[in-house]
Amino acid sequence: MIAKVGLDGHDRGAKVVARSLRDAGMDVVYTGLHRTPEEVVAAAVQEDVDVLGVSLLSGAHLTLIPRVVELMREAHAGDMLLVVGGVIPDEDVPVLTAMGAADVILQDTPPEAVARRVRELVAARQPR
Amino acid sequence: MTDDVDALARQVVEGSPRATARALTWVESGGPRAEALAARLYRHTGRAHVVGITGAPGSGKSTLARALARVARGRGRTVGILAVDPSSPFSGGAILGDRIRMNDLALDPGVFIRSMATRGALGGLCRAAADAIDVLDAAGRSLILVETVGVGQDEVDVMRVAHTVVVVSVPGLGDDVQALKAGILEIADLHVVNKADREGADRTIAELRAMLTLMPLVEETWMPPVLGVSAAREEGIEAMADALEGHLAYMKTSGEADRRRRRMVAARVLRIAQDLVAATLLRPDALEAQGSEATTLLDRVLRREVTPHAYARALLTRMGERTPDV
Repeated sequence: MIAKVGLDGHDRGAKVVARSLRDAGMDVVYTGLHRTPEEVVAAAVQEDVDVLGVSLLSGAHLTLIPRVVELMREAHAGDMLLVVGGVIPDEDVPVLTAMGAADVILQDTPPEAVARRVRELVAARQPR
Repeated sequence: MTDDVDALARQVVEGSPRATARALTWVESGGPRAEALAARLYRHTGRAHVVGITGAPGSGKSTLARALARVARGRGRTVGILAVDPSSPFSGGAILGDRIRMNDLALDPGVFIRSMATRGALGGLCRAAADAIDVLDAAGRSLILVETVGVGQDEVDVMRVAHTVVVVSVPGLGDDVQALKAGILEIADLHVVNKADREGADRTIAELRAMLTLMPLVEETWMPPVLGVSAAREEGIEAMADALEGHLAYMKTSGEADRRRRRMVAARVLRIAQDLVAATLLRPDALEAQGSEATTLLDRVLRREVTPHAYARALLTRMGERTPDV
């Protein structure tokens, strides 16, 4: 699932990533813009996604991602992988991984590399 | 495996959203695990009203499903939505975007939405649709909306899984000759003309009604209503929900419900049998795997001593001899 959380109104990057994952043969649920963490986690649970990709360009990642992580924990979605993407300062990457993000994919990552990293993450996880 | 399957089936029947989601993943993935789960859930099914929503791409099926779910929630129903979107014929991947129109339903525990891709199935649904509907039914959803991919004129699989079929039309897509043609318009139990606030809606409604008057009139059969609605403005949706309930009531009193359920189950058994035959026979090594006799037969076909048709028929007969009793 590719999700846009919060007030950030730009989803061209999220759409490019969704499209490239589709072209890599994956089923990609796209949520559309301006979703709340509650909506995104509820949707990800219903869709039983392998990877929840949250795209943030607004700089609000340190506020919104902890909420997403907390809601995933409450929903017992422990085997779902959280990937954060978008405009993230380098120094925030370890902060986000410490919070529970399985990977942080920065804005300059080529689309093929995104698909490869998603595949590696899922392959490394327990089969469900 | 048995313990896992039993536990998951129990949690689905208890209505757990997380278990329901995982069960849907299993049936979508297929295989022995999916079959074992479906077997445990089957006796808990048959309670839901399954409504199919089909129509052209962009006709507003997702928006209509959302509006209808809201009305149904107001009437105390719990709702399951299965939304199907197309897979890419090139990569096999899919963008599942039906949820975009339904986001505000996500926080209502009385609504469960699941997206699935067609993965090569051609009839407007995905292969696992019937099993997925069973999961939602067993999980206690009393109304299940099945939204097909955007269809053209000939994708009618939805009639094999839904008790009530809604065909969504929009103004401006063709004249009354289009409406005369066979195909999806024929399978409607309810015609909905969406975007009825737009120009030409009255004409589309009139043409659909005119088409219906050309059908042979049989005493006490269901005459599909034609309703104008605006899904985005949530106008006409109460009347639509009434019409759906009316159709269900008609089906029960007329005995059509039993006849239709019987047809649906028969179609499902045949579809599963087809898939099983395909899975057994269509492996690239299916003939070689049958041993030396098969190879010899293949040689005889090559030498023009046996026809391909006769060999194919012999293969099926042999498969029939190996079928276990149920």
